Amino acid sequence: MSKSNLTRRGVLKTGAVAGAGVALPTIFTSSPASAFTNEPTGSTVKFGFNVPQTGPYAEEGLDELRAQELAVQHLNGEGDGGMLNTFSSKVLDGTGVLGKKVEFVTGDTQTKSDAARASAKSMIEKDGVVMINGGSSSGVAIAVQGLCQEAGIIFMAGLTHSNDTTGKDRKANGFRHFFNAYMSGAALAPVLEKAYGSERRAYHLTADYTWGYTQQESIASATEALGWETVKDVRTPVGAGDFSSYIAPVLQSGADVLILNHYGGDMINSLTQAVQFGLRDKQVNGKNFEIVVPLYSELMAEGAGENIKGVYGSMNWNWQLTDAGTQAFVKSFGEKYGRPPSNSAHTCYVQTLLYADAVTRAGSFNPCAVAEALEGFEFDGMGNGPTLYRAEDHQCFKDVLVMKGKDNPATQYDILEVVEVTPRAQVEYAPNHPMFGGDEATLGECNDGT
Amino acid sequence: MDAILLQILNGLDKGSAYALIALGLTLIFGTLGVVNFAHGALFMIGAFCAVSLQKLLSLSFEQVDPTRKDFLGNPLKVEVPYVESWFGPELGAAIIDWSVPLSILLAIPVMIVLGFAMERGLIKHFYKRPHADQILVTFGLAIVLQEVVKYFFGANPIQTPAPGAFSGSFDFGAMLGFDPDVIIYPYWRLVYFLFAAVIIAAVFAFLQFTTFGMVVRAGMADRETVGLLGINIDRRFTIMFGLAAAVAGLAGVMYAPILSPNYHMGMDFLVLSFVVVVVGGMGSLPGAVLAGFVLGILQSFASMNEVKAIVPGIDQIIIYLIAIVILLTRPRGLMGRKGVMED
Repeated sequence: MSKSNLTRRGVLKTGAVAGAGVALPTIFTSSPASAFTNEPTGSTVKFGFNVPQTGPYAEEGLDELRAQELAVQHLNGEGDGGMLNTFSSKVLDGTGVLGKKVEFVTGDTQTKSDAARASAKSMIEKDGVVMINGGSSSGVAIAVQGLCQEAGIIFMAGLTHSNDTTGKDRKANGFRHFFNAYMSGAALAPVLEKAYGSERRAYHLTADYTWGYTQQESIASATEALGWETVKDVRTPVGAGDFSSYIAPVLQSGADVLILNHYGGDMINSLTQAVQFGLRDKQVNGKNFEIVVPLYSELMAEGAGENIKGVYGSMNWNWQLTDAGTQAFVKSFGEKYGRPPSNSAHTCYVQTLLYADAVTRAGSFNPCAVAEALEGFEFDGMGNGPTLYRAEDHQCFKDVLVMKGKDNPATQYDILEVVEVTPRAQVEYAPNHPMFGGDEATLGECNDGT
Repeated sequence: MDAILLQILNGLDKGSAYALIALGLTLIFGTLGVVNFAHGALFMIGAFCAVSLQKLLSLSFEQVDPTRKDFLGNPLKVEVPYVESWFGPELGAAIIDWSVPLSILLAIPVMIVLGFAMERGLIKHFYKRPHADQILVTFGLAIVLQEVVKYFFGANPIQTPAPGAFSGSFDFGAMLGFDPDVIIYPYWRLVYFLFAAVIIAAVFAFLQFTTFGMVVRAGMADRETVGLLGINIDRRFTIMFGLAAAVAGLAGVMYAPILSPNYHMGMDFLVLSFVVVVVGGMGSLPGAVLAGFVLGILQSFASMNEVKAIVPGIDQIIIYLIAIVILLTRPRGLMGRKGVMED
């Protein structure tokens, strides 16, 4: 009688171990063929444009989409090439990126963090995008940046102005071209002092989310350094619509400046209502009552109409600048869409080109190689003068514009005027600045999804 | 004291809008028994009647001004409104300036026709279906209307200023002997409150003092018996739907200068107006009006800094808190009748 070592239990055990062994590689690398998340293998590469197509910032999102579509055309060699002709880096030649034709898919962030994450996730997992670009709202940008970090793809942020995006919430896979609230404060304060003096009492109305808080903090700190007093900071819900109950008590407080830390539709409503309440016709403490909107956009200015006249604010870029890069971009955008681009359109256009350029210089779509190519990258010809993508926090440093509502606009687009181009040196700060998360804020490790 | 007065004034205009929308909702619910979630969209469409008329009156032809340049460096095309070239610059500008009040004339027929179309075309097929079905279909309709408006007018709020004569504000506090500049109130908000009061009075007078109104009230109380008397109650109810749509539309037209119209303003008001209807008592017209003003004013109080310092975020939940308290203590709402929605 032969004795066999084979028992039913033994076979099952061996099978289970062998099965686990076979399955092991695919558990840890979902597709062993690719070296990083969504590595493009065919003749095309797909970008994901995640912008608000609905919600309070929708108009910005639609303008971002126009710009991104234009950027893709220019990358693929269609149209007049726009800023590719003026960009200081000359590696992009209109034949796509690394020989692959650029395609894109779009997602609707709805100006909500959860919806934005869902649309980004779907673009990464279903459409296989190699990067996500765009967006308006810092709450959304921070949420999507975190998702891209986990997924192992590059996030090129669109319009996000909160200090946190490249401050305490900075990520190795996330990059911001747009300026931030600290820079707005640093640029605006000297102009405000010249216009309104150093003895002012400011009342802040602040959008109740990350961007509002950091902008309020930045502006209050910059104006307090001038000698201004911050009388009160009131937080208002995003999308409140009617701000009258927040505006009515302003005069009672003895304030003589109202600072609206609002954006998009909210800013249009709060500014309009403040003007309806006659604030700008009042005299308080022997001075004319003034309103300041620290973060401007052309689309908001267009929406606020007459009420914007004489109001100061700041911007990342404006189509009225006269440098060659701006002129090339305004020409291609204007001829395609019949209107000048907004500053959110500009930032998304530039981000798309910067990503493509970094990929080409790195010779790879691998997010870690791309990140390395972007870090410390100095460039020019993109409308903002000499610009640096700082390696420590992935924030771009460049000149900041101080703007004012024009008194006699010639056309519907000619609503704002550039009061001052604040030089880059004046808005720079240390990477471990307390408003940017201090010493604890780090980028973490780059993730390529493997 | 002055702060309290200020917030009461502030609550009045918001309360007026709630009351007007809730009045229409209650009319529809009371007559047709339909819970109309598209009612907020009707308010929004009213506001867009004002936007449309403003755009229509500002329709312009282009005149090339060779002395000036546009943003691409081409000769500037200056837009001259047709009305200004027809009636002269001054009268033309005045007509454009008064576009919001003039929109009332446009909104009444548009809203009544839209109301008829909604009732005959869609909602009548849902009379015998459960309330959940009615809510779903009207909610869907609201989304469709919203998207149509967004397609034509874009997503940004559109400035619709009040006539120049009503811009600015008056010092209400100084009139009552308070310090100047403490209680200021924009003229247009006062106009809105008075306008709302007139509309509400007109609706009540219509229901109370006309034969038509009497039949409708009888129908609200007992539809079947009125039908048995040989009166075509259905047609009257359709007319009431058109009337309710017109009330919501007018509320929207006049609200346009207060809150620049955007495509989702209807949704924002709808949810609150439903709470108003429930707090006021389902099916009770005076209840809807009373609750509209009460909740509007309380919401204003809740956004005072002093109140928010005690309970942060209270301004966003106050209406729902009050709704809970009222429904716990008076389950039928402030002025609700027995037997409504209880079968």
